[in-house]
Amino acid sequence: MQGRGTAVCLPADVDTDLVIAGRYLRTRDRSVWATHAFEDLDPTLAPRLMGAVIIAGKNFGCGSSREQAVLALREAGVVAVIAPSFARIFFRNAINIGLPLIESDLTCEEGSPVAFDLSEGWVDAGGKRHMIRPLSPRMQEILMAGGLVEYWRAHR
Amino acid sequence: MSTLSERILGAAAGEYVDRKVDRAYAHDGTGVLALEAWKEMGGDRLGKETGYYIQFDHIAPANNGTTATLQHELRDFAKSSSMQFSDIGCGICHQLMGEGLILPGEIVVGADSHSVTLGAFGAFATGVGATDMAAIWLTGETWFRVPESVGIHLTGRFTGAAESKDLALAYVANLGTDGATYQALEFVGDGVHALTMDERLVLSNLSVEAGAKAGLFYADDVTVRYLKEHGQDAASQEYEPCSYRKELDLDLADIVPLVAVPHRVDTVKPVDALAGTPLDQVFVGTCTNGRYSDLARFARLVKGKKVAVRTLVIPASAAILKKTIRTGVLADILEAGCTIGTPGCGPCLGYHMGVLGKGEVCLSTANRNFRNRMGVGGEIYLGSVATAAASAIHGEITSPGAG
Repeated sequence: MQGRGTAVCLPADVDTDLVIAGRYLRTRDRSVWATHAFEDLDPTLAPRLMGAVIIAGKNFGCGSSREQAVLALREAGVVAVIAPSFARIFFRNAINIGLPLIESDLTCEEGSPVAFDLSEGWVDAGGKRHMIRPLSPRMQEILMAGGLVEYWRAHR
Repeated sequence: MSTLSERILGAAAGEYVDRKVDRAYAHDGTGVLALEAWKEMGGDRLGKETGYYIQFDHIAPANNGTTATLQHELRDFAKSSSMQFSDIGCGICHQLMGEGLILPGEIVVGADSHSVTLGAFGAFATGVGATDMAAIWLTGETWFRVPESVGIHLTGRFTGAAESKDLALAYVANLGTDGATYQALEFVGDGVHALTMDERLVLSNLSVEAGAKAGLFYADDVTVRYLKEHGQDAASQEYEPCSYRKELDLDLADIVPLVAVPHRVDTVKPVDALAGTPLDQVFVGTCTNGRYSDLARFARLVKGKKVAVRTLVIPASAAILKKTIRTGVLADILEAGCTIGTPGCGPCLGYHMGVLGKGEVCLSTANRNFRNRMGVGGEIYLGSVATAAASAIHGEITSPGAG
């Protein structure tokens, strides 16, 4: 799986309440989550997420199991999230909806181009190529299928 | 020798395994999205060997028409399937599962991050998101990466006003919010045996606040007796020395009353250092500290006094609420000027029933104090039941030892 986008830099320990606040969770209109993504962290961020590769500090997505957090990012047009580590439920949730996550400790330059190839195991950022640890075989299968819904549609 | 997680999952740390889930549960929050994913997967019947449960606790009762409609659909689904359904007012999912539904050695998955609470019974209990839960509805199974474990060795007994919540905040502060990411906590040592099930549930509950996948206790006589009282026969689990990735020694006698200050659970200070901080609300309840022993302790501390700030007390389940009525605990709480909410999560996740206004400050017995969680511009301090009682009486953060 390959992708490319523009770097958006975020700090460490961004919790899922900050990704999408509890007050926006109950709706059938998924665009609400994209519109209000990161509102309590930086209200100007949501419109800049289309085509973004988020490069964050450690422990991204900690806290609640709310899947609206990963759906908000996907709906807003985020291509992938790169961080040294992710909270484990957020990690599973992202792969389950087909949003690539990459565990890597990169220096982020806001607005710079980022490209990655998960099959070959690299990320190009800041003018350098960084090798990355592959996902587990099962997670790769789920991601390649487009998410867990598609995976189980194909495997039943 | 193996860690308890390795024993239950039947494989060594680092391995990926597919395992049957013994009990799977979801609430009105995650259940709605799980139902959508289940339909998209073409779900028709549930996995055969798994016990399935749905509890309405997060926005219970519904706060508006949109929530009510979403809940209506999930309620219909739960009732038309073979799932065990608990409607609004029954209580918090983790508490209901802990009232005799979980046995030592089981694999338990909840669609909520605080599903780790049930590790207190010697089960491997962990949280997932909605789509993972939908797949468990479909197959009765899920995949796990068997975690490495952090050993938390407990010795001694609590002294003074310190309680299990203070110990929980102490270990989260020590490990940090990601100190145990992808790993499990195991609470071991002589100090464990003196802890009641309610106290153990608090320690397991907070394990996800250190990033942990699970927080386990070995089932012992205390566990077996508790389960017997809840109609279940269970056997204890023998501790075997094993290697932990990291070890932490905590003497309960060293623990003093603590609070986590906004907006991080791992930023913890002695209550004394914050004494005098003015409060707008005190909240006693949640899957952390809404159990009968918590409410009884709170009642004992406020009995015959009046709270100086609005104080919301929410029992974690209907069974707990009924017991507080039978024993007079509820009357003492009401006489002290507190108000009571429907058993459930209350305002913890910031939806209704006691959310904060801009600039308001709350001392809460819950487990998360993230920015804006209980309302935009509100500040949350996390503390013990005893700290909540002392603070409610004085209207400001007050050490429970201060009288």
